[in-house]
This record gives sequence, C-alpha cells and structure tokens, in this order.
Amino acid sequence: MARSVTKQRKIINTAAAWAVSLLIFFPILWTILTSFKTEAQAIADPPVFLAFNWTLENYAVVMERSNYGRFLWNSIIIAGGSTLLGILIAVPAAWSMAFVPSRRTKDILLWMLSTKMLPAVGVLYPIYLLCIKFGVLDSKIALVFILMLINLPIIVWMLYTYFKEIPGEILEAARMDGASLKEEVLYVLTPMAIPGIASTILLNVILAWNEAFWTLNLTAAKAAPLTAFIASYSSPEGLFYAKLSAASTMAIAPILILGWFSQKQLVSGLTFGAVK
Amino acid sequence: MGQIKLNQVSKSFGDVEVIPPLDLTIEDGEFTVFVGPSGCGKSTLLRLIAGLEDITSGHIEIDGADATNVPPAKRGLAMVFQSYALYPHMSVRKNIAFPMRMAGVPKDEQDRRITAAAQALNLTDYLDRRPGQLSGGQRQRVAIGRAIVREPQAFLFDEPLSNLDAALRVGMRMEISELHKKLATTMVYVTHDQVEAMTMADKIVVLRAGRIEQVGAPLELYRNPDNKFVAGFIGSPSMNFLECSVEGTNVNHPAFSNPTPSLVEFAQGTTAVTMGVRPEHLNIVEGDNLTVELTEALGGVSYAYLRANDGTRLIVEERGDERSNQGDKVNVEFDPSRALMFDAQTEERMR
Repeated sequence: MARSVTKQRKIINTAAAWAVSLLIFFPILWTILTSFKTEAQAIADPPVFLAFNWTLENYAVVMERSNYGRFLWNSIIIAGGSTLLGILIAVPAAWSMAFVPSRRTKDILLWMLSTKMLPAVGVLYPIYLLCIKFGVLDSKIALVFILMLINLPIIVWMLYTYFKEIPGEILEAARMDGASLKEEVLYVLTPMAIPGIASTILLNVILAWNEAFWTLNLTAAKAAPLTAFIASYSSPEGLFYAKLSAASTMAIAPILILGWFSQKQLVSGLTFGAVK
Repeated sequence: MGQIKLNQVSKSFGDVEVIPPLDLTIEDGEFTVFVGPSGCGKSTLLRLIAGLEDITSGHIEIDGADATNVPPAKRGLAMVFQSYALYPHMSVRKNIAFPMRMAGVPKDEQDRRITAAAQALNLTDYLDRRPGQLSGGQRQRVAIGRAIVREPQAFLFDEPLSNLDAALRVGMRMEISELHKKLATTMVYVTHDQVEAMTMADKIVVLRAGRIEQVGAPLELYRNPDNKFVAGFIGSPSMNFLECSVEGTNVNHPAFSNPTPSLVEFAQGTTAVTMGVRPEHLNIVEGDNLTVELTEALGGVSYAYLRANDGTRLIVEERGDERSNQGDKVNVEFDPSRALMFDAQTEERMR
C-alpha cells in the first residue's frame, strides 16, 4: 500500500526541501552575485542582495591581471591526466579483485581505503622533499601522479563494485570463445562496465579539480591550477571580495557545468545500480 | 576428432575434495550426459574439461593430445552456459561472430558461417538485435549459434535448458538432439534432470558426490543399474525399494502375502536385502495388505500411492481401463524376474 500523503504535507515537504537546497547552494550563489558587484558594494553593510549595479569590471580586471587560460589548462591536464592514469591502473586491479580474488583481497581493499583516512599534511614533508629531489616541484607531472595516487583507492573501489555485478559466466564465455586476457578486458568487461567507468571518471575529475592541499603546496607559477588562481586573489593587497568572487566563479564554472550535464550519470554511478 | 579422456582426474577446493580421482572416456561424436543431484560435482567436472577450473591431479586428453595445462581458449571446445552468458553490449550478429573474430577468421567466411548458423537456428530476423531484446529460448539459440560457428572438437552444455519454461524445454531438447545428429560432434551435457538425460544421451554418466556411480546407455542404466542410487535416480516415478528378510532362496516382505522367489543366489548368511521393483512392473490385485492413499491420473497412466499396514509405501503405475480409487484395499503382485536385489548394507546390486 502506498503511504498516504496529504496535500498539505506535500507542500510542507517540498518547501522544506527547497529551503535546505537554497541554504546549501547559498554560498555559491552569493559568490556569483558578489562577482558582479563593485568592491564597495561587495563589503556593504547591510549587504545588498540583487539591487546593485551589475558590472563585469571584476572579470575584466581578473582577466587582465592573471592568465586564466593557463590556470584552466593546468587544471584540465592535472584533473584529466590523473584520472586517466588512475583508470588505466585501476581497471586491471579491480578486475583481479573482482574475478580472481585471493584470501587477502578484502583486506587489501580495506587497507587501500584506510590510506584515505591519513591526513594529507602528515606526508607533506616527505612528498615535498621527494619532489625537490626529483626536480618536479611546480610541475604538472608531479601533481598528475600525486592526485592519481590519492584518488586511486576510490577509483579501485568504485570499479570493483561495478565489476562485481558483471556475471562471471560472461567472462568465462569470452575465455571459451578464445579471448586472451587483454581481449577479455578490452572487448567484454570494459564495454559492459562503461556506465560505471564513466561515472568513476566523472567523480574523479571533480575530486581532482577541487583538490586544493597538494595543488597549492606543490605549485608556484608554472603548474598552478585554478585552485591557485583563486588563492592568488585572497591576500596580496588585502582582500578584494568582488575580484576574489569573480576568480572563484571562473574557477568553479567549468566543473559546475560538467557536473550539471552529467548529474544523471553521476547519481546512477554513486548508487552503484544497487536498485536494479 | 573429439575424443575426451579423463585420467585419474581429481579436484579439491582447499581441503574439500569435490571430485575424487576418476577415469572417463567420452568417444568422438558421442552425446554424453552427466547427471546427478545438485552438488554432485557434475558442473565442476564439465568446467574441468573446459579448462575453466584447474584440475588438482590427473590428466585430461582431448583428441589424443594432453590438454591438462592448455588454456580454455586453446582446447577447441565450445561451451553453452545456463545463463546463456551472451555479451549484452553486442548485437546477435556480433555475439555469434565473437569467437571467429578472436580466432582471426576472414570476414567473408565469418559472414557465411553466421548466415548458416542463423538459418539453422531460426535467428535470421534477429541478427541485429541485442540479447536483451530476445526471449529466453532465442537467447539460448544465440548461445548455441556462438558455439557452432567455432566448429569445435566438442560442445559442452552446462544445464542449458534449466532457465526455460517447460514447453520450451521440450522443444529445445529436440533441437539440440537434432543438432547433434546433423553435426555428429562430441557433446557433453550436464543436467540434474534425468528426463533430459534419458531422452538425449547416447551415454549417461551418473554422478554422486563427485564419484561416477555408473556409465551406460539410457535404457541399460534403467534396466540394469549397478546400485540402489542409480536405480532410484533413473526413472520417474522412482523405483520402489523394500527392505526384505531372506529365507532360503525366497525374500519376504509384510506388504506381500507370499514370499518372492529370488533369481539371485544369496551368499551364505545373508539375512536382509533391499528389493527394487519399478512402478510399471507392479500389478494391483484384490486383497487387503495395502491401502490406496492417493491416485494421480495423468491420462494414459495413473500412479497409485499405496501404503502397507507396516507403513511401507509403494508406487504402482496403472494403464488399463480399471484403475484403483483412493481408500481401496488392495494387494500387489509382480513377476519375480523383474525384481532387482541390492545388498542391504553396501547398496550394491546383487546379480
């Protein structure tokens, strides 16, 4: 029997849901609004909500002062590169864990996840020193590797969960049909897991895009991605809220748009097809 | 061609021995059925032949060559799975083409074989569909098509019909039998359904707990079982078993008024045997030793479920116009030459 929901109840629920959503979204909305204000309006007390002189001046200043394109390019390379590399390593790893598990597979999965619980700052020194030693400080390649390693446990976990749902008999059929291990993974497993791999890629790109600790600490100018771009507006000559907001908006816009268009894929990916 | 020889093959999972060392030869062109209750190791045995599981000890020979360490793809065997195991992201055509693509068969030869297989299996109209758009029977045909085009040394079937409904199962059973006649290729077929085994097999291998209980032609197993397990497993309804006492050359059972003369000579000191009689060899006659508890009228035959005063249950097959009714008091009689004797302890057949 369906639960009976009165009309009144429904309205209250809907209103509450909107209220909570707006509350969560508000900081981002406020950032976007502030980016269109003058510096004076941005720090006005009481704050102005919509009744201000909309201006694109901040964006013009930001574009003039910083090379947005280079930051964007660095972000794309770092997020995309670390994700791609991670997937290349995680697909075979997840394959073996899902289809030829050993007695220790569960332990290894848990151990991998436990590394995510280590505070990043705990390994800042060793990694910083390693980067200096290898001469890769402020290089994209170092960040691609480090972000790949940081997110690898999540990629492996997600793919493992996906692969677990693929019936083993289909892979055995491929083996009987003469497919080598490479062909089995390439022609049978991967195409069947495309939805899972796609949402894993999406989530990982978002995680890598937003990652701030390592990208801020290991870059200076050459390899700095958009996180550094935002940070560069937070201090030098005091706080300029409107310009900082404009920079923030420009940094989060690409990933926000990507997330918006792929939200269906992302949701189905994160719920792992548990309700089939 | 497609002879498969198992030499002292055994399989253990960890400390559990699921298949103790066994020998078996499957001749070229033979339709061999592995049958047994669930958990008897029949699927494991098939997977050992396929190479999907490694054997723990022994040797497997295919076509005279040692295949023990040959990977599944190189054994020249095709397998049809219970779940069909089609590739969901490929069209029917691509599914059937897959093994040929892996083997590097030229494109026009691929097309020729796909067309031929599709015609033989009534799949011509479905070649461009995805497996998800097909019915169970059609999917199973695609799986068979995928196996045929490889032109394998032997086909392996792992309970291929158990996901189909009853009517479709009978149809597919006949199709597979016809396919075997046409291709004359070795087929190894696993099922838990003794009707499938009886109707399709040239040779039945009855398995219990990983052990081969008996190997033989269907009617040979039916008429001449080696032990009580085979006698009870083959045939539906099952054979009646009666715990009898021995008196000289006769055996006695409270369900029967008269002693039954045994055609088997008992060893000195034998006091008890198990006598087996098939339901169709028992006749209902007037008397009051047994009560008819239930009758199942299937049309051509009826099965009467009888209970003796001491609790023994018997099933009798009736075919004539006169059939018993529930609650009737009856006796049964039979031709003593139809009775099979089994050792009461070892359950082995006494001949």
